[in-house]
Amino acid sequence: MAYQDNPPVPALLVLEDGAAFRGLAFGARGEAFGEAVFATGMTGYQETLTDPSYRRQVVIQTAPHIGNTGWNDEDNESRRIWVAGYVVRDPSRVYSNWRARRSLTEELEKQGVVGICDVDTRALTRHLRERGAMRVGISTDTLDEAALLEKVLRQPPMAGANLVSEVTTATAEVVPAQGERRFKVAAIDLGIKDMSPARMAQRGMEVHVLPAGSTLADVMRIEPDGVFFSNGPGDPATADAEVELLRQVLDRGIPFFGICFGNQLFGRALGFGTYKLKYGHRGINQPVMDRTTGKVEITAQNHGFAVAAPLDSEVETPWGMAAVSHICLNDDVVEGLELRDGGGELIGFSVQYHPEASAGPHDSAYLFDRFAQVMEKARHA
Amino acid sequence: MPKRLDIQSILVIGSGPIVIGQACEFDYSGTQACRVLREEGFRVVLLNSNPATIMTDPEFADATYIEPITPQYLAKVIEAERPDALLATLGGQTALNAAVALYEDGTLAKYGVELIGASIEAIRAGEDREQFKAIIDSLDVPGANPEAARSEICHSVEEVLATADKLGYPVVVRPSFTMGGLGSGLAYDEAELRDVAGTGLSASPVHEVLIEESVLGWKEYELEVMRDRKDNVVIVCSIENFDPMGVHTGDSITVAPAMTLTDVEYQQLRDVGIAAIRAVGVDTGGCNIQFAIHPDTGRMIVIEMNPRVSRSSALASKATGFPIAKIAAKVAVGYTLDEIPNDITAETPASFEPTLDYVVVKAPRFAFEKFPTAETTLTTHMKSVGEAMAIGRNFTEALGKALRSLEDSKSPLDFRRPPTRSAGELLASMARPHDGRLHDIIDALRLGVPAAEIYAATRIDPWFIDQLQLILDVAEHVAQAPRTGENLLLAKKHGLSDAQVASLWGLSEQEVRELRWSLGLRPVFKTVDTCAAEFAARTPYHYSSYDLQTEVAPREKPAVLILGSGPNRIGQGIEFDYSCVHAAMALREAGYETVMVNCNPETVSTDYDTSDRLYFEPLTLEDVLEVVHAEQQAGPVAGVIVQLGGQTPLKLAQALKDNGVPITGTQPEAINLAEERGAFGEVLAQAGLTAPQYGMAESAQQAIEIAHGIGYPVLVRPSYVLGGRGMEIVYDDESLTAYIRNATQITPDQPVLVDRFLDEAIEIDVDALYDGRELYLGGVMEHIEEAGIHSGDSACALPPISLGSEVVDLIRESMEKIAAGVGVCGLLNVQFALSQDDLYVLEANPRASRTVPFVSKATSTQLAKAAARISLGATIAELRAEGLLRREGDGARILRGAPMAVKEAVMPFNRFRTRDGSWVDSLLGPEMKSTGEVMGLSPTFGVSYAKSQQASYGRMPTSGTVFVSIANRDKRHAVFPIKVLSDLGLDILATEGTAQVLRRHGVKVNTIRKSFQGRGPNGEPTIVDALLAGEVDLVVNTPHGHSQGGDPRRDGWQIRSTAILADVPCVTNVQGLAACVEGIDALIRQQVEVRSLQSWNAAVEAELES
Repeated sequence: MAYQDNPPVPALLVLEDGAAFRGLAFGARGEAFGEAVFATGMTGYQETLTDPSYRRQVVIQTAPHIGNTGWNDEDNESRRIWVAGYVVRDPSRVYSNWRARRSLTEELEKQGVVGICDVDTRALTRHLRERGAMRVGISTDTLDEAALLEKVLRQPPMAGANLVSEVTTATAEVVPAQGERRFKVAAIDLGIKDMSPARMAQRGMEVHVLPAGSTLADVMRIEPDGVFFSNGPGDPATADAEVELLRQVLDRGIPFFGICFGNQLFGRALGFGTYKLKYGHRGINQPVMDRTTGKVEITAQNHGFAVAAPLDSEVETPWGMAAVSHICLNDDVVEGLELRDGGGELIGFSVQYHPEASAGPHDSAYLFDRFAQVMEKARHA
Repeated sequence: MPKRLDIQSILVIGSGPIVIGQACEFDYSGTQACRVLREEGFRVVLLNSNPATIMTDPEFADATYIEPITPQYLAKVIEAERPDALLATLGGQTALNAAVALYEDGTLAKYGVELIGASIEAIRAGEDREQFKAIIDSLDVPGANPEAARSEICHSVEEVLATADKLGYPVVVRPSFTMGGLGSGLAYDEAELRDVAGTGLSASPVHEVLIEESVLGWKEYELEVMRDRKDNVVIVCSIENFDPMGVHTGDSITVAPAMTLTDVEYQQLRDVGIAAIRAVGVDTGGCNIQFAIHPDTGRMIVIEMNPRVSRSSALASKATGFPIAKIAAKVAVGYTLDEIPNDITAETPASFEPTLDYVVVKAPRFAFEKFPTAETTLTTHMKSVGEAMAIGRNFTEALGKALRSLEDSKSPLDFRRPPTRSAGELLASMARPHDGRLHDIIDALRLGVPAAEIYAATRIDPWFIDQLQLILDVAEHVAQAPRTGENLLLAKKHGLSDAQVASLWGLSEQEVRELRWSLGLRPVFKTVDTCAAEFAARTPYHYSSYDLQTEVAPREKPAVLILGSGPNRIGQGIEFDYSCVHAAMALREAGYETVMVNCNPETVSTDYDTSDRLYFEPLTLEDVLEVVHAEQQAGPVAGVIVQLGGQTPLKLAQALKDNGVPITGTQPEAINLAEERGAFGEVLAQAGLTAPQYGMAESAQQAIEIAHGIGYPVLVRPSYVLGGRGMEIVYDDESLTAYIRNATQITPDQPVLVDRFLDEAIEIDVDALYDGRELYLGGVMEHIEEAGIHSGDSACALPPISLGSEVVDLIRESMEKIAAGVGVCGLLNVQFALSQDDLYVLEANPRASRTVPFVSKATSTQLAKAAARISLGATIAELRAEGLLRREGDGARILRGAPMAVKEAVMPFNRFRTRDGSWVDSLLGPEMKSTGEVMGLSPTFGVSYAKSQQASYGRMPTSGTVFVSIANRDKRHAVFPIKVLSDLGLDILATEGTAQVLRRHGVKVNTIRKSFQGRGPNGEPTIVDALLAGEVDLVVNTPHGHSQGGDPRRDGWQIRSTAILADVPCVTNVQGLAACVEGIDALIRQQVEVRSLQSWNAAVEAELES
């Protein structure tokens, strides 16, 4: 066995500020462009690659060894790989896991995902940390830095990007409740990960996954006990239609739960702004404090935008008082919002992170139970 | 939740002497804990018997007791200090056991001491197998099915067979109520099980065995878990064992983070780990959980959980930058994780899970060469004496660095030497886990054995096997490729050293290095930052890698690099780390930027807090030169300290200097002068000092001629040895010839040294400082055992117990001459022998010795700190003026208020069994075998000696039965002390010959049968039976015959090895016996008290002032 491809195929990575990194081809050959972001999880590359929130992003894995456990048929978070390009240091030559069916390389090639390896991913990460997320290009076609840079600069930036329509489901789908059906949930697919409906289904929720662009009538037709807004890619400031839908849902007094992009839309519906973080939070080790209990949960995160809301005061909204329920202990970014009615009852809430995890720790699974409780209470109210 | 205000003072228990399985990782954790607790304003009371630790430095606690870790002494300390709380989770199993004993005997309740860190219930739940199994089996974790290994208790072979059918083969048989795993075994089929179960049932006094399903060969993982009192839980680190289940994790190559788990499986481990820490009830602090995962099905078995900080947590701390012990101490006093800042980022809290962008590999260091008869198969009983850790940007780089960090020439992979064994032989060999298994696999891969066959033989994960194949592929590619930068970089990226590349290219190591430098190829230094670069790191904790970007920051202050001592091994342990840490403290204070280079994850020196900068690097010439280069790029470098880390850095001194690196203090030429026999002989001759006569033999015949010239007995050894390796004392031609035939390869290139052995001489160990003009005697230690027993294994006393002032004056004069003649600048250790009033120089070491911490604590003077300063130009006069050294006089001055300090060595014999299953012999000789040491302090020798014995053996009998079997040549000296023991009320038991002699002297003595005589006609027991039955409290057995090495089947061996098995103290020489009698006498007649080092120091200070 040769130590690598013989002969190795060189590849080039160029950032929009002109910084260039040379490496070797990994996955499909060709060119790929997107926003360069780094993800710090040491496990879960399969879930990361198939997470629709990574649409149009080139993901840099800070963990050096990627591909060790191959690719299995169970852990995908959606129907395909979404990352625009993939940057790793040491892809595995073999895979070893009892559930693996094929290698990561095979899967990347099959799905045409262009990657680059043998890159100093830590240097690249530090670069992005200091200068912020930016556009990037990877190429195995050209090793001319100037030529690739020119193409990178022609790419649209992430701020202002509406990507939901590119990832959402074409048709409504139903994920049946496990065991007895206790609730019906309308889940708006803004780039939903499969684990979100799965976690709800485990708790007796029948989940109707609806395409983005669904109207209130589409939602009401289901007669939902609650409405769920999923995670997803792009700039929340472009999702006015979804924000409007959410306001109508709140007008109807339907319990609401949102994750990630859904949290940002909830924030916008409540009247807060959203903004782009310098380089985002992408990893499975982010400490978040639940301000109600004072407890810390270790969370999975993947977001480049965040909600701008006051940390220390409640805000009056047409539906009740809104407050920041969770904050990131690393940098005080808003990690959760809650809305209480005049009687102080929780009627809607959302988190910026991923309680469905996958990849990531399960500390926040209680939020799905909380959703069930809110729906239960609303039913009796 | 802020810190608790209801407690003011906390008692911390250390882990005692370094033993296999419990090493300096507990000094690291204890030191961190003490530091944190004091910073938080608590009064810290510390008890630890090990003087070589940093934690027992008086500045780390308010009251430091160097006393035996027994309930009796702890109760005395508690009575004197009245602490509010006891923190026992940072001192290993020793501290935990002590805490349980204090709870059980009511001491904690009596004095109202609260156990913090882990409750008694949690400790018990973790310890008690049945209770733990029940807890694990009852855990409710969605998505995971945690189980404990299934097992059943059986009372007959039939029952055993039926159980095995239920559990499936292989099964483990564990007899109930036997010591040291006696009679346990593994069976793969019914035939084997009949055999093993039969043995097991008869070994059990209650005819009962536990039959457990075997998890041998399963994937093995560990998690380090941390919990606070608000129930916040984080996983600090996952560790995957390269060697699957069946090999103790301390003996395995281990890797962090886990390499072959998907997120789904990792999160299952995490969920189960968190559920387990909650269910066991570790309220605050860290714990370690071990898992076995079936490689084909993913079935998860929870193996065990330690409700305390462990060796793995030290490793995890160093691997991630998350200081587990420090955080554990903080959460134990009430903080929650979110209230504690992450030191490394300063901005983010400790309530997170570190993420790594590098790979950490830990490799074990064995010492089987010290115990030639010991069985080398690795089992669940730990045998390694130390470990090295390495960090790389990938596994291959980290593995290569780890293997060269072990500093064993056989350790790095060999790509050139043709495999000498066939594929079949290699597969058979690797199926048995042993210290050479990695090399078996490499050789097999080189022969083209498919990875699948290697997996079948070893159950090492295919991913790891492919990584080894990758290294070989790279080596093969590079060997045939042109010597370009690209190819060299490829080799370096996969961990090949310059030496390994040299072997591939047929060049010298230096040539490869020069080629590499000429190509501009050097490693970069990355940072361990807990967060994979997500946040900026404030702590310069670096490791090298062949990658793009370096992170070493420029600096203004002159830097001093301190080279540490690498992995612990017998002969080079924690004592040297102590000296390095002290240098860092002293030089930082003196205005230098201190830079530590070391690769031992257990140590205080590799704590990122210890020095201004830390480089976690192998201590080889190549790696050290790169660190020096990086630091020279960053700013001025004042020099490199090589004299404090033992032989490891000392060996590099000359080559470093040859490469233009400034060495501080004693120069390499001087080091060489002291080490090279002929040159040192001249130094002595010029100074008018004598060494024992010696000769250098290039053949067996010549050796005999030299021996005749000198006169027997003689000490023989290979000409170049460390730690007394291969040394033996021989008494006649026959044993000399046997030694040369069996133990050496004598050639003109490898001559054998033949020294006169000074029989019955007093050995004296001296540590001193020299600045070029003035000599400062640190301390003069008199050994208890006679010359011939390695100084590291001998007990010793300070001040000397029998030497007169004229001898001390003579020693001072000799030290001055040697220091000046050799050219010492810093520390000098010399061993003397006093024989019939003549003083002989045995050897001189111009470096920190093993005894520096002991001397420093016995005399309240920080010798290593002074040495570091002297090596950078300070004079002794200046240090006296500063107060670092005594203003007048030195450590040789006898003070009335100073303690009589006794050091005792601690032996690892109970860790090693021979191939036939008995224990290795416990005799002492010129080859060092001890792993650790303890200290006894009191006003008199007897009490101090007794304390040292209690500290090392756990007890010293003041009543009961002493078994005596004395060699003829020792009988004269032994009669009187035995008589004293009898007069003190102990019963004397002896074999017939010894008994006759004792009776002639009026000693009342019972006789017992020797073991080879077998039981008597009426079932009269042999001494072995009596020992096993617990009827003997002390064994005195001096070896019969002459040779002290060689044949393991000497008379008495069985007695001594049974004493080890039965855990009965065993004295093997007459000097030890005399000291022992004095100790027992003191325990019976004198008041034994505890006293803190601070109190002793105050008394010494007062006396010096007056």
